[in-house]
Amino acid sequence: MNTGRRNVLKGTGGMAALGLALAAGLLKPGSAWADAWNKAAFETKSLNDAVKALGGAPPAESKDIAINSPDIAENGAVVPFTVSSKIPKTESIALLVEKNPNILAANFQIPDGTEPWVNTRIKMGQTSNVFALVKADGKYYYASKEVKVTLGGCGG
Amino acid sequence: MADPMKIRAAMAGDKVEVKVLMSHEMESGQRKDAKGQTIPAWFIQNVTATHNGRTVLSAEWGPAVAKNPFLSFRFAGGKPGDKVVITWTDNHGDKRTDEATIA
Repeated sequence: MNTGRRNVLKGTGGMAALGLALAAGLLKPGSAWADAWNKAAFETKSLNDAVKALGGAPPAESKDIAINSPDIAENGAVVPFTVSSKIPKTESIALLVEKNPNILAANFQIPDGTEPWVNTRIKMGQTSNVFALVKADGKYYYASKEVKVTLGGCGG
Repeated sequence: MADPMKIRAAMAGDKVEVKVLMSHEMESGQRKDAKGQTIPAWFIQNVTATHNGRTVLSAEWGPAVAKNPFLSFRFAGGKPGDKVVITWTDNHGDKRTDEATIA
């Protein structure tokens, strides 16, 4: 088997991987700030893997989490999301986009005294399920919502 | 050094509602330039908000957060005249801190 030839064939796919590897390489020499960023979690592709990388067991669906966003986003580069949780002792709220290259978009730590409510804007590559993942009292819960995207906001 | 953040903090009932608009490219690392080279990811990784030295929100972001990120949250225990300080750090190690007075 001529592996060299196979690598050449994989050309364009390889470029993307190289870019990622380069970015990952740049992250390594960092000091304290790098430690606070969960690189493994941001590289996961599925909800369960993301939760695992965050250190939790597979999450349970919950009706106490509300995701507020447009049902149809015309521009995937800027999709507004508001997530709120009614689960007692909410410690963190994360937003995950199932069909983005990496599922985890953002993870917010909610200390005591801060309302379990965040509003932010994220990018979506295509129509996808969006998960709101809430950690409360050490356990993970999620809610999902499908958001249709007319124009993707990741590649191009 | 990046442009300053726009921060607004105002009382909303008994809580303080904070709105932040940051100025950052948030390059996803997925796009390619005209030559087909992948543009390296460049994005804010960590955001911290403090009130009187106490952290009221901290976040880890991936490159999927939209360009010129917007963030809003609410916390209890603040009063008009207090300061809210927000800091972000990106994956190049660049850092920016701005503050606003609660109205």
